[in-house]
Amino acid sequence: MTNMRSYEEEIKDFNWAISEKELGYKAGDVINIGEFCSDRICRMGKGEKPALVWEGHAGEVKKYTFNDLRLLTNAISQFLKNLGLQPGERICLFMDKVPELYFGFLSILKMGGIAQPLFSAFGAESLLTRLADAGTAAILTQKKHVAKVRALLPDMPGLRHVIIVDDDASKPLREREVALHMEKEPRLESFPIYPAKAETPSVLHYTSGTTGKPKGAQHVHYALISQYITSKFVLDLKEDDIYWCTADPGWVTGTSYGIIGPWANGVTQCVLDAGFKAESWYRFIEKYRVSVWYSAPTAIRSLMKEGDEIVKKFDLSCLRHLCSVGEPLNAEAVLWSKKVFGLFFHDTFWQTETGSMMISNYPTMKIKPGSMGKPFPGITATVVDLKTHQPIQRAGIVGLIAIKPGWPSMFRTYWKNEETYKSKFKNGWYICGDRASIDEDGYFWFVGRDDDVINTAGHLVGPFEIESALLEHESVAESAVVGKPDPVNMEVVKAFIALKPGFQASKELELDIMNFIRKKLSALAMPQEIEFVPGLPKTRSGKIMRRVLRAQEWGEEIGDISTLEND
Amino acid sequence: MSELKNTILDYVKKEYLEEDDDREVTFNTPLISGGIVDSFSMVSLKRFLETKFKIQIPDAKATPEAFDSVDNIIKLLQEFNIR
Repeated sequence: MTNMRSYEEEIKDFNWAISEKELGYKAGDVINIGEFCSDRICRMGKGEKPALVWEGHAGEVKKYTFNDLRLLTNAISQFLKNLGLQPGERICLFMDKVPELYFGFLSILKMGGIAQPLFSAFGAESLLTRLADAGTAAILTQKKHVAKVRALLPDMPGLRHVIIVDDDASKPLREREVALHMEKEPRLESFPIYPAKAETPSVLHYTSGTTGKPKGAQHVHYALISQYITSKFVLDLKEDDIYWCTADPGWVTGTSYGIIGPWANGVTQCVLDAGFKAESWYRFIEKYRVSVWYSAPTAIRSLMKEGDEIVKKFDLSCLRHLCSVGEPLNAEAVLWSKKVFGLFFHDTFWQTETGSMMISNYPTMKIKPGSMGKPFPGITATVVDLKTHQPIQRAGIVGLIAIKPGWPSMFRTYWKNEETYKSKFKNGWYICGDRASIDEDGYFWFVGRDDDVINTAGHLVGPFEIESALLEHESVAESAVVGKPDPVNMEVVKAFIALKPGFQASKELELDIMNFIRKKLSALAMPQEIEFVPGLPKTRSGKIMRRVLRAQEWGEEIGDISTLEND
Repeated sequence: MSELKNTILDYVKKEYLEEDDDREVTFNTPLISGGIVDSFSMVSLKRFLETKFKIQIPDAKATPEAFDSVDNIIKLLQEFNIR
C-alpha cells in the first residue's frame, strides 16, 4: 500500500491544503521549518525514534533521536544567537556531511537566519563569490576547510564569525574564529524559536548560469508544504522506513530531501560521509537496512560499471523503493536496477529554483524507462514553444519545460538579482531552461539544456565562471568551456584553450591548469579534458561561439554559422 | 620503491589536502572512499601519474579502487613496470 493513490485519482482532487492540514498549518500561522522537523515530531510522541544514523569514512557511527535533534538544534540556535547573529542574516554551512551540517541547518532556521549551504569541495574563489554576493554574516565549517575561509577574510569584512565545529585546540584560533562543539554544548530544553511566517526567507542555494556570477535562489519557510508532501507521495516515506539520500546538503537535493522532507515526515535517515565506492554503498544499505533510497544517475551508472556480481554479495532485500535525481536517468539504468535490485529507479525532475519535485515517476504509476514521468499533482507543467512560449499542444514536439508559478516551494527571487529572476518567467510560465517533449500519454521526455550550462553528475556548472578563472592562469590567452558527453557523468567539463605567446602545449601544462581550476573553483569545474587550439571560433563581433565547439563534441549539426568570423 | 611511494604520497598531500588539514595520510589511507580525492579529482591524479612516469593509463584501469590508496596506485604502476 503506497501513500499515494493512483496518479489519476490523486490529480483529480489534490490541493496543497492536504499537506497544510497534515502538518497542522493554517494560513497566517507560524511555520518554522526547523521547528516542524524537530520539536513537532517530538510532540507527536516520536522523541525516542532515531532521526539520524551517521557513519563516517573510517567506520565511526553516531546515532541521534528526534529528541536529540530537538535539544541539539536548540543549543546551536542559542549559540548563534549569543554571537549576536540576527534573524534574516545569511549563515553559511561549509562542511562535509557531518552531523553538525544537518543539525546546523535546522538550527539556523530555528533562530530565524537564512541558511546558505555550500558544497565543501568548493575552492576559495567559488566560496568568495557566493559569500560576497549573499553578504554572509557567519560560516560554520571544519578545520580541514578553514584555510579556504581564512584566505577570503580580507575581502569579507562583513563575515563576522567563523565557527569551527571540530576545533581540537591544537592550534590557537585566529581573528573572528570561534569553536562550537555540538556534543559538549548544554542541551537546551527550550529555545525561543523564531516565529517565521510562510514568506519568511529560509534557505539560499546558489546555482550556476550561462553568464554572470552564480545566483542565489532564495526560498521561504512555506516550501515545507511541497517538500513534506512530495517526500510522502514520491519517495513514499512511511513510519518504519530507513531512508538514505546520497546527496550532499551543499546542493538543494541534500536539504529539501536530505533534511527537510524525511524529518518533516518523522522518518529515520542514514548518512554515509565517505567517497563513492560500490562495495561501501551496498554494505551501508545492508548494514542499516535502508528501505528507501534516493540517489543520482551518475552514482547508479557507476554502480552499473562495477557489475552485477558484487550486488549478489550483499543482502539488499531491505530495499523497497528507489528514486533518482540530478540529470535524466537513462532507460538502461532503470532496467538494470530492476534486474539487480528487483526494483525500478524512479526518476524525478526538479531544480534548485523549484525547491521540490516537479515531474516524477510515482510508485503507483507505470514507468516508461527513460522518461521523466508526469507532473506532481498540484503542479501544472507543460512544454512551450522555444520562441513564442506558447504551450505546445502536439505530442512529441520538443519545447521548453515550463511550470505555472504558485507552488509552495517556488523560489521567491534571486538574491539581490530581481531582474534575472523576472527574466525566468515568460508568458505566465516559469521557464526551467531544459528542453523536453510530452508523449501522447502525458509522459515528459528530457532532451537537453537550452543553454550552455553544463550538467555534470547532476551538478550545474557555469562555463563563464570557469572561463573567467582560466584567464587568471598565466598561460591562457582565451578559452571556451563546454560540456562533453560522458557515459557516467552525462557531461564533463572540456576546455578549449588558446595559449599566450611563449607558452607551449604540454601534458605538464594541462595538469597545471587542471589543478589551478580545481583549487580555485572546485573539482566539478576542473576541465576533465583540455584541448589546446590556435584560436577559438568567434562571431564577427568577437563573441566566442561555444555552440560550435559543443556541437563538435556531441557530433551534432553546427547550425547557422553565418556570423562566424573566419568562415 | 619507497622513493616512488613517497613521491606519490607527497603529491597527494600537497595537491589534495588544504593548508590546515592535519589529517594523517599514509600509504594505505583510503583516498577516494576516504574523501581526500573525489571522483572528479581522480582525473588530475591520473594525469599526474601519466605525466610523471610517461605512461598512458587506460580508463578501464583508472578505477576508484585502483586509486584508493598510495599502495593501490603502486600496484597499478607495477603493471607498467614502474617500481
